Amino acid sequence: MITLAHFLVLGAVLFCIAVAGIFINRKNIIILLMAIELMLLSVNMNFVAFSRYLGDAGGQVFVFFILTVAAAEAAIGLAILVTLFRNRRTINVAELDSLKG
Amino acid sequence: MTINLFLFYAFASVLVIAALGVIAVKNSVHAALLLVLCFFTTSALWLLMQAEFLAIALVLVYVGAVMVLFLFVVMMLDINTEPMREGFIRYLPAGVLVALVMLAEMLGLMGVKSMAVEAPADPGGASNTAWLGKALFTNYLLPFETAAVILTVAVVAAIMLTLRRRTNTKYQNPSRQVEVQARDRVRIVKMPSASQISAGQAAAAAAAKEATP
Repeated sequence: MITLAHFLVLGAVLFCIAVAGIFINRKNIIILLMAIELMLLSVNMNFVAFSRYLGDAGGQVFVFFILTVAAAEAAIGLAILVTLFRNRRTINVAELDSLKG
Repeated sequence: MTINLFLFYAFASVLVIAALGVIAVKNSVHAALLLVLCFFTTSALWLLMQAEFLAIALVLVYVGAVMVLFLFVVMMLDINTEPMREGFIRYLPAGVLVALVMLAEMLGLMGVKSMAVEAPADPGGASNTAWLGKALFTNYLLPFETAAVILTVAVVAAIMLTLRRRTNTKYQNPSRQVEVQARDRVRIVKMPSASQISAGQAAAAAAAKEATP
């Protein structure tokens, strides 16, 4: 049978892939946003697994809220991205240095 | 190996390979499509855990809305991806190292053996949706309504961010269109009619005749 450990290990592997993706795609904002979505997915996987194996509905309700917030985050993030591209004609992170940070 | 375990390994391997593809492929459109594959396989894995409602919600919300938005933006922006690939090889060892160390730490922290518990009987009974709905509309009612407010704020924010007023373009103002009155558009000009004109000419001629002597 599938145990809780199977899903936890899968969630951990997915999270680490997303962290590696943020490291190696430092210049491309779109891939960075996709890596963040992957992280949220792995966290959701853990929530659903614990909810199922502990018999508590709270975990799945929380996943519901994470989905809501992630959808809002993606909408606003992409809107900012479109505005950025319109003003600077680029979305390369290395060239977004007008704040001189 | 039961059929469930076989399905789990099949979906999990597809999920991991697709996730690796998302962070490794050159083309952003391919990355977005691989992310769609990730969400589909995750949805299948959640179905294996009898979380039917969330599995379908994941497909509807992510594949149906968020990923379409991603693809739309990726295809709409004319992006030159070549300069964005620089540093890919340079940061690859660091990224892989950090990921592997994190994975080892997480697995050590979890203690895989101690988590090897079997699933209890499905607490939702026959309907996962009813189980989730009862929790959502009793204990979690206030957070549920807050989520609705967050979505509304996100919609307003996304529209306001991308709205722009261009100069030099002609556009209609609907509120000024509906409040227009008839007198603003039609001007009535008093014109003398033909008989009045001939009477006026006769009077003018008479006046001229009187004025000449």
